[in-house]
Amino acid sequence: MKGFDYRRAGDPAGAVAAVAAAPGARYLAGGTNLVDLMKLGVEAPDLLVDVGRALDDRIEEGPDGSVRIGAAVRNSDLAAHPAVRRRRPALSQALLAGASGQLRNTATVGGNLLQRTRCPYFQDITKPCNRRDPGSGCPAVEGAHRDLAILGASDQCVATHPSDMAVALAALDAEAVVLGTAGQRTVPVAELHRLPGDHPERETVLEHGDLITDVLLPALPPGARSGYRKARDRASYAFALASVAAVLEVREGSVHRVALAFGAVAARPWRARTAEEALRGAPATAESFARAADAELAAARPLRDNGYKVPLTRNLTVRLLTDLAEGASR
Amino acid sequence: MSTTSSRALGTPLRRVEGRAKATGTARYAVEHSAPGAAYAWPVPATVARGAVTAVHCADALAEPGALAVLTHENAPRLREPQDATLAVLQSPEIAHRGQVAALAVAETLEAARACAAAVRVEYAQLPHDVVFRADHPRLYAPEQVNAGYPTDRERGGFDAAYAAAAVQLDATYRTPPLHNHPMEPHATVAEWDGSRLLVRDSDQGSSDARRTLADLFGLDPEDVLVVSEHVGGGFGSKGTPRPQLVLAAMAARVVQRPVKLALPRRLLAPLTGHRAPTVQRVRIGADRDGRITALAHESATCTSTVREFVEQSSVPSRVMYASPNSRTTHRVVALNLPSPSWMRAPGECPGMFALESAVDELAEACGVDPVELRIRNEPDAEPDSGRPFSSRGLVACLREGARRFGWHDRDPRPGVHREGGLLLGTGVAAATYPVYASPCAAEARAEPGGGFTVGINATDIGTGARTVLGQIAADALGVPADTVRALVGRSDLPRASVAGGSSGTASWGWAVHKACRELRLRLDRDHGGAVPPGGLTVTADTTEDVRAGSEYARHAFGAHFAEVQVDTGTGEVRVRRMLGMFAAGRILNPRTARSQFIGGMTMGLGMALLEGSTVDPRFGDHVEADLASYHVPTCADVPDIEVGWIDEEDPHLNPMGSKGIGEIGIVGAAAALTNALHHAVGHRFRTLPVHPDTVLAALGAL
Repeated sequence: MKGFDYRRAGDPAGAVAAVAAAPGARYLAGGTNLVDLMKLGVEAPDLLVDVGRALDDRIEEGPDGSVRIGAAVRNSDLAAHPAVRRRRPALSQALLAGASGQLRNTATVGGNLLQRTRCPYFQDITKPCNRRDPGSGCPAVEGAHRDLAILGASDQCVATHPSDMAVALAALDAEAVVLGTAGQRTVPVAELHRLPGDHPERETVLEHGDLITDVLLPALPPGARSGYRKARDRASYAFALASVAAVLEVREGSVHRVALAFGAVAARPWRARTAEEALRGAPATAESFARAADAELAAARPLRDNGYKVPLTRNLTVRLLTDLAEGASR
Repeated sequence: MSTTSSRALGTPLRRVEGRAKATGTARYAVEHSAPGAAYAWPVPATVARGAVTAVHCADALAEPGALAVLTHENAPRLREPQDATLAVLQSPEIAHRGQVAALAVAETLEAARACAAAVRVEYAQLPHDVVFRADHPRLYAPEQVNAGYPTDRERGGFDAAYAAAAVQLDATYRTPPLHNHPMEPHATVAEWDGSRLLVRDSDQGSSDARRTLADLFGLDPEDVLVVSEHVGGGFGSKGTPRPQLVLAAMAARVVQRPVKLALPRRLLAPLTGHRAPTVQRVRIGADRDGRITALAHESATCTSTVREFVEQSSVPSRVMYASPNSRTTHRVVALNLPSPSWMRAPGECPGMFALESAVDELAEACGVDPVELRIRNEPDAEPDSGRPFSSRGLVACLREGARRFGWHDRDPRPGVHREGGLLLGTGVAAATYPVYASPCAAEARAEPGGGFTVGINATDIGTGARTVLGQIAADALGVPADTVRALVGRSDLPRASVAGGSSGTASWGWAVHKACRELRLRLDRDHGGAVPPGGLTVTADTTEDVRAGSEYARHAFGAHFAEVQVDTGTGEVRVRRMLGMFAAGRILNPRTARSQFIGGMTMGLGMALLEGSTVDPRFGDHVEADLASYHVPTCADVPDIEVGWIDEEDPHLNPMGSKGIGEIGIVGAAAALTNALHHAVGHRFRTLPVHPDTVLAALGAL
């Protein structure tokens, strides 16, 4: 780990100015991923700008039912907030399915969104990785890829985004509020991360210096239910093999409104638009849910050892939507 | 053989160092401050086979705080070690990826990391062969296998008996590479004082560490002190001295300061040993009632090119079941991989996964209850040697375990017990582990101010050894346990064997018992039962007692029962309950014993469902390099585990009447779980670990 400067930012604008001015600068919040990557040599910043105090750590529920989440809100606090726990169980369940209690107490919402892939080659600087070292190659395509992507990958990179929270946010139509040198803008969480294509090193749509300051959750219609399901090797402290977040509103036996996102299958939380399209107006039955999942997963391009993610994602989708339709999870 | 009277033994005393550990005041190796200490950080080789052609150190030495970079060119020369993995930085040859190619030493831990990162090593790379296959063309028969067992054993005529058998079972089982991953990494602080060497080390036996250092550096063993006061687990990987011990001592000599070296987690896999993968073919011929007439257990595994270590997986089939015709063999191939070594119950652990799975399959083929089938094949004497058993509690464990578990209510049909989207199943498997003991020395002292002290260089790796030795001493002296202090974990105490082979308590306790009985005798005979003004110290050595051996076959036995649930949508397996019944001689401390059994069973759960390392054929290393990717069970994975034992009175063991308990808990646990999985879903899982993807594939294929 090489030496670096550390600066504590007083406010978001100051943080943006400090990072934008220094090409080797990185934002530091909870540090649960960045510090690990620095120890591994994957990240070697010259300057860390600590935004843990500059960013808001409050959760505000608007009169219309929308929610604004400060980017410095800790994962455990977000999971416990009534506006999340009661109204958006998908998000609460996703957060609590991730990491460990200790990590959730430290990790922030902004940092969680921007955490990096756990692909073993990305984390090992003695090996090639196009994401870390463009043009060096991707050993995962032929190597250890059981945990890696089946959707939206390229022959340059098959990484997955590891966050549980982001999958739920994508299904909840969350937007990230981004402050940059040119001012403030919003980016849908489902579109925050890029697919690898020929440039896997460009992981998000953010520019250097851009800072996520808040996450906005729109109001949910009164009849909508949400939930999150995650499959993993062990019962706790394991990244997803596959996960599904959904928001579902059923009227008179038919799907009135649905939002569906898959986790651990792509380099971003995978908003399943094709499945959503297939479901709108369809009977809220297991058969419809399976057909919709199949329609989405028709685009899957599994590798040698991760084909299981196709039936796994499909089964998780059917079960979650069935449970939501039956009111088992509200 | 005299036995102890029992007051302290058999009582569930708490660990004497428990409070110190829980409050953080117990110090582990590198937590000891050494004034002026420098820090070392290894530079691992990035090729799987080849030679170092150049080490460029200029940038590294220019790092702030850098003190030295040790390479094969400048490192102190060592005498040739018995264990070739300890010949660190002695030649340019690279035998596996991750081997130490250089060692950076600097003022601080951070500076050492930076210094290591700046070392540039050039290699001449050679083609490597790292893929283990049971039909590998270079497979060979070793001279012997681990723990000195014969490679092959043949009794009767297996081939003819198998061919003639009414029921034939032929199945192949696979276990993956497994890593020990103790919580405390392998770590050492080394400090020279002239020609004297003081070391604080995390190991399972500092008498071995002292002898190794003396040998390698050409020192008088009296000039080497190794302290291993508290050790945060080892599971076998600290059972022999590991490279960090030698590296720290070398570095301390070079920089002439104390040096601290704690291996980073990512280097535990390449540098500290692992359980090698196995492919085991088991063939059983039986009559229609399930009586075994022919048994073959043929194991293949791999080792490194540096040191031959052959997991003795077929050995338990020489012990478990009566069969007039038997063949047990081992084959191994040397690959360009890190060296395998001891991991909890080497041999028995993977071997009993295969055998106990096969026996379950046989029971199904014969339509006989698997508990009953095992009882039907109970031998009169140890099958392979013909020697009588000193005690054999397998049947008692099976019967009592079945009763407590509610086994007999079980519907044996597989794949029929549903609960919503879950399939449920129960399974059973047997366990066995040999009784080992090694010669040790111990001293016992009556203190003039009252109380007693016993000293032996035993190692408490978290098992409660210190506590139990005090109990043994108390009973041998006939005094209350709280008047006895047990000193362990220093090589200037009387020499002791390694905390391995489940032999610690037997070996150390024997010596402690002998010293205490002698002390009691002398106090009573020469001093009228009083302590003389200067105190009285007695030493004892059990070399002759242990070497006398026994005409008996001595083993602990056990039975595991398990219930699992399988999520038919995700393939996720969760364990609902586990019950282990053990017959392990006399249980000396029920509290620490229960922890040992539960720990072993938990590790068996990990083996069945979670743990496994993947060799990357391109790079030649194990992919899972941290505890986020190498999955050991979390609390959420571990169900209600019930442990019980059969009280055994076995006069042929040692003065305490104990058998080892550190390893038998893992033996058979995985098979009980996969047998339960078969019962749940109707598919045989013969390859470990059983992950959700495997289960999904099986469910899809059903």
